[in-house]
Amino acid sequence: MTIPQLLVHDHKDNVGVVVVEDLTAGTEMLCVVTHDNSDFTLTANADIPIGHKVALKPLSEGDTVIKYGEDIGRMIGSAGIGDHLHTHNCKTKRW
Amino acid sequence: MALDFSNQPITAWRRENGRVGVRNHVLILPVDDISNAACEAVANNVKGTMAIPHSYGRLQFGEDLNLHFRTIIGTGANPNVAAVVVIGIEPEWTKTIVDGIAKTGKPVEGFSIEQKGDFETIRQASWKAKEFMHWASEQQKEECGLTELWVSTKCGESDTTTGLSSCPTVGNMYDKLLPHGLYGCFGETSEITGAEHICEKRAANPETAAKFRKIWQAYQDDVIFAHQTDDLSDSQPTKGNILGGLTTIEEKAMGNLEKIGRTSSYIDAMGPAEASTKGPGLYFMDSSSAAAECVTLMAAGGYVVHTFPTGQGNVVGNPIVPVIKISGNPRTLRTMSEHIDVDVTGVLTREMTIDQAGDNLIEMIRRTANGRMTAAEALGHREFSMTKLYRSA
Repeated sequence: MTIPQLLVHDHKDNVGVVVVEDLTAGTEMLCVVTHDNSDFTLTANADIPIGHKVALKPLSEGDTVIKYGEDIGRMIGSAGIGDHLHTHNCKTKRW
Repeated sequence: MALDFSNQPITAWRRENGRVGVRNHVLILPVDDISNAACEAVANNVKGTMAIPHSYGRLQFGEDLNLHFRTIIGTGANPNVAAVVVIGIEPEWTKTIVDGIAKTGKPVEGFSIEQKGDFETIRQASWKAKEFMHWASEQQKEECGLTELWVSTKCGESDTTTGLSSCPTVGNMYDKLLPHGLYGCFGETSEITGAEHICEKRAANPETAAKFRKIWQAYQDDVIFAHQTDDLSDSQPTKGNILGGLTTIEEKAMGNLEKIGRTSSYIDAMGPAEASTKGPGLYFMDSSSAAAECVTLMAAGGYVVHTFPTGQGNVVGNPIVPVIKISGNPRTLRTMSEHIDVDVTGVLTREMTIDQAGDNLIEMIRRTANGRMTAAEALGHREFSMTKLYRSA
């Protein structure tokens, strides 16, 4: 069985999580949606550490980031499909 | 084939009050910080006993003092404890602790230092500790049910892998065991922030939901807003969480809540270190998200096994409760596997389902209850941290 590089909780999510070490830019990732085990592929645009998130859709400043099918914060920058998404371009809505 | 968890046997100690304990400690328990030295001397004299030194217990008042008493009494009363020697500086508060523990029916005796000094106190307490140790060492284990256990949970050094693997593993365990009589407990009031609306909906009834909302709001108002210098972003998510890929408190909270599974609702929202009094089921306990403080409170609430999902690798243990570590992060398993009891990295590689991971955790709870030392026990992690509500007088 091929091991996925990216896991996504829910079909509504616009981010996924890198689950392998040493992922390098340009890797065509096998992505699995854990909710129903469906899969797709996506190319990583950067070296992204294990546990960090990747945008699945183009996101601009102000957009809501969805994970677990829920609102987990807002974009404070932009991210294209396959870009690294973390504290540099995303922030809580709580403060 | 689905496993039947309703009648799995374990061998454990049935205490005087009917509760099931999985360890057989004889504690030398200080009422206050200045009695630590005497307790440690007694524990050194009588092998196999354990002193639990801590930092507080003088000039506390009001709800903070109540919490101190509840934590110390609850620790002594925990079914993992066979017998207790209590030492305090003066007799009155010492008696409060002794009387509280004595309600369980277990052997307990108090000693106070004033007008006697450390030497004489240690001499008297050592004789009693030796008597308790001989007695406890002959207490026999008997067959008990796995679901008679009280199993708490709290995660630490979380990252995105905990929400994908180790937290839902705990949730799966609760989904399987709670319907058969297990007591479960989750907490971490500050880490529910971001998912408090979802947590509120998991209450069994409107009264419990309102109780949870009141506890959560009090934390926001009395702790965060009263003491913040900027916001919580320096500590929630923690620097370790952010290194692990968690970006926001909402994301962290969603992952955290995976621990309570899919099918159970919590039947009460309790104060810190309060006992669970509404029968078998899942409970929320108001508690810090700091690992040692939280596990200490849940142990004082009577929980005898703790399940602890970790992503980046938290190393916490507890003096009286075995803390079972679960991790799905392959880097953590590669770099610090000595701390991990249940490896669920297969969930991320899709070689293990959450259902299988949950079964593996239940098997580890069973083995731990039967006597297997956890990684934290083998490595000597005995963190005991009192929760303090405000400054002493």
